[in-house]
Amino acid sequence: MLQELGLVYALLGAALSALLAGCGSAIGVGIAGQAASGVVTEDPSKFAKVLLLQLLPGTQGIYGLLVGFITLSGIGVLGGDPKEVTVKTGLLILAACLPIGVVGLISGRAQGQTSAAAIGIVAKKPDQFGKAMLFPAMVETYAILALLISILAVTAVLPK
Amino acid sequence: MAVLKMQRISICALKKDRKAILEKVQNLGVLEINFHGVDDDTFEKMDTAYQSSGFAKNATQAETALGVLDTYAPQKTSMLASLAGKDLVEEKDFLDVIARMGDITETANRIISAGKEITEQRAAVVKLENQVEALKPWVSLDIPMNSQGTLKSKVFIGTLPPESTAQTVYEAVENGIDIDVNVISTDKDALYLSIICLRKDESKVEEALRAVGFTRTSQLTHRTPADKIERLQQTIEKTEKHIAALEEKIRKEAENRTDLKRLSDYFRMRSAKYDVLGKLPQSKTTFVLSGYIPEKAVGLIESEIGNRFDCALDIEEISDDEDMPTVLENNGFSENYEGIVESYGLPQKGEFDPTTIMSFFYVFFFGLMLSDAAYGAILFLACFIIVKKYPRMSKGMQKSLKMFMYCGISTMVWGILLGGYFGDVVSVVARVFFHKENVSIPPVWFEPLKDPMKMLVFSMLFGVIHLFTGLGIKGYICLRDKKYLDFFCDCILWFVFLIGLLLMLLPSGIFRSMSNMNIVFPPAVNTLAKWLAIAGAAGIVLMSGRSSKNFGLRIALGAYDLYNVTGWLSDVLSYSRLLALGLATGVIASVINQMASMFGDSVLGVILFIAIFIFGQLFNLAINLLGAYVHTNRLQFVEFFGKFYEGGGRNFEPFVTNTKYIDVKEER
Repeated sequence: MLQELGLVYALLGAALSALLAGCGSAIGVGIAGQAASGVVTEDPSKFAKVLLLQLLPGTQGIYGLLVGFITLSGIGVLGGDPKEVTVKTGLLILAACLPIGVVGLISGRAQGQTSAAAIGIVAKKPDQFGKAMLFPAMVETYAILALLISILAVTAVLPK
Repeated sequence: MAVLKMQRISICALKKDRKAILEKVQNLGVLEINFHGVDDDTFEKMDTAYQSSGFAKNATQAETALGVLDTYAPQKTSMLASLAGKDLVEEKDFLDVIARMGDITETANRIISAGKEITEQRAAVVKLENQVEALKPWVSLDIPMNSQGTLKSKVFIGTLPPESTAQTVYEAVENGIDIDVNVISTDKDALYLSIICLRKDESKVEEALRAVGFTRTSQLTHRTPADKIERLQQTIEKTEKHIAALEEKIRKEAENRTDLKRLSDYFRMRSAKYDVLGKLPQSKTTFVLSGYIPEKAVGLIESEIGNRFDCALDIEEISDDEDMPTVLENNGFSENYEGIVESYGLPQKGEFDPTTIMSFFYVFFFGLMLSDAAYGAILFLACFIIVKKYPRMSKGMQKSLKMFMYCGISTMVWGILLGGYFGDVVSVVARVFFHKENVSIPPVWFEPLKDPMKMLVFSMLFGVIHLFTGLGIKGYICLRDKKYLDFFCDCILWFVFLIGLLLMLLPSGIFRSMSNMNIVFPPAVNTLAKWLAIAGAAGIVLMSGRSSKNFGLRIALGAYDLYNVTGWLSDVLSYSRLLALGLATGVIASVINQMASMFGDSVLGVILFIAIFIFGQLFNLAINLLGAYVHTNRLQFVEFFGKFYEGGGRNFEPFVTNTKYIDVKEER
């Protein structure tokens, strides 16, 4: 019974990383999408540019998926032949999944707001697209750092 | 790799050559017209606002006509058509269009008026349809809508509020008065009815009706409603036929589209020329043209204008108080990255052009972030084919595509080194469809997912090289400007300090546990490292605040500058994104492969595999392309440029033939 609990914890970690980071991206892309729609009603020719900016907060969800996937394949759930995961390992995996989950949720939202503001730049000064793109990318740095720690931690604690 | 040296050229020539010279300059497109300090009573400026706006108006007219054509006779354009660039037109064809200017303008007018008429007729149809709608409730009434009755009888046609019925009317009228109420129809807005009574009771009935909210109909026609509706519908049909005829007429004019485009461009060119003409100082028989020109184009102006016309050419250095534009010149590979520098900001006057050095790092980092051989091949081939297929696309677009083409090559190389081919598609296909385990293309170097720490260390190593290059460029700029003290304090001392710190870090326990690399230096190197770091730190504390006279403040400023070492730490950590994005590409590609292979080894399974594979991999390519682009830019802009580059220069805007649709081929 206890053995199986380890697998539950590990799966919870994988779920949380995809779930929280995915929520963050959904919120972020949503916020940016509203601003983008506003710009496109005024000037449809800016569609491609604002679409790129809208997509920027979408990466957190992908990072969450990434960690979730590494975890799932590491504990053998994907192959249909789960490995034995002790409670301790399970909890370790859960902890390792948390950085990208939580940071993904919060940074996704923040990046969405920054993207919306950057879309404002493109609306008024389309030639400043390069600079506008950089502000949301700044926020993403912290999602990348969290992803890094999650990946390093997960790969280190997964059962061999 | 340079910012081109700019000079000011002034041409003073005879007025009779004015048109020819202006056209020549416009064709050469190397001169940005700008007057600086030409204030002289002998010269005056021509007022050309009228001509300029006249031509602009003509251009707009042609544009409007083209807009109408696009609405009613849309051209089929593929997605890539916008890449094709402007059409190249023989000069004689262009002159032919100018000769037929009157006819073409007339065509434009015809198209515009037909377009206007369609709009008006459409509005008329809407109005008629509203009338039909209003008459529809009355359709079963078989007397004309404006009937008043006969000699002895009176008829009221109108509506009551929707909740009323025929009974309402009977109750409202006093006893002893005979009326006949016919309900014609009813809907949620009203009860439609006609009421007949004797002439003598007319006023009493009318009063009673008013009391229950009766309104006479506003549809006063001498025909029965059914007849009227029929007639209205005939009019609508006729109008619609007319609209169709007009649309057909416009469609027939579609063959004039090319002419209209050419004429529109002709007017645009003329308008621009008059704009410039208005800026030129002119005397009775001469005029002056002045502006910025790249030094190497001076010879061109001398041979094309100086030797052909009677004129005086004056070339001078640009004075310090002028806002001079920037032109970059780079080798065939690096020039494609000028757009990246431009989006950050062109070099200011006297600043170093970072394009060439940046371009190599750009390709290197971009490839590392995408790092999939198949994606690289797709990117390379797509850009290569488009560039070859549309040789006349705009210069900026061509540069961007070439930039991604080179990035595609780098991506391919990294993909081979790190073993990514659509993620792990080879082993997935081998396992699911050929039932062979452990088939894969081995990476030439190593697989990052198996050893992420190793990749992290290398990412940071690349980062340190990138950052040190930036600091080195800063040193070079100091040397070039002969600021030797700055070179020593801001560059050398930092190098000494940072290298000392690095040498101390490498043999330490932290690094060993991180990278599993055990580096042991001889004790002499360890001591050297310690002293380098101490000497560097001391130097920075002492020298950074050298602009301040107050010794205490100077030390404080120095100490604060030393604190920048945390900035260096975060800069280096920032390169961990090379690992993270590289992993993201590979892992998501694997997820897609896994999903695609879920349906097993069957005919349906193969079909589903191919469908999911293509869609998913394209999605992954797109999203990671965006990520690699954004984050490579960031590494250049924030980490690299932050060390030495400021930007903020102004783009060179030469006087050129600024056309929208065509380029005129010059006859030499």
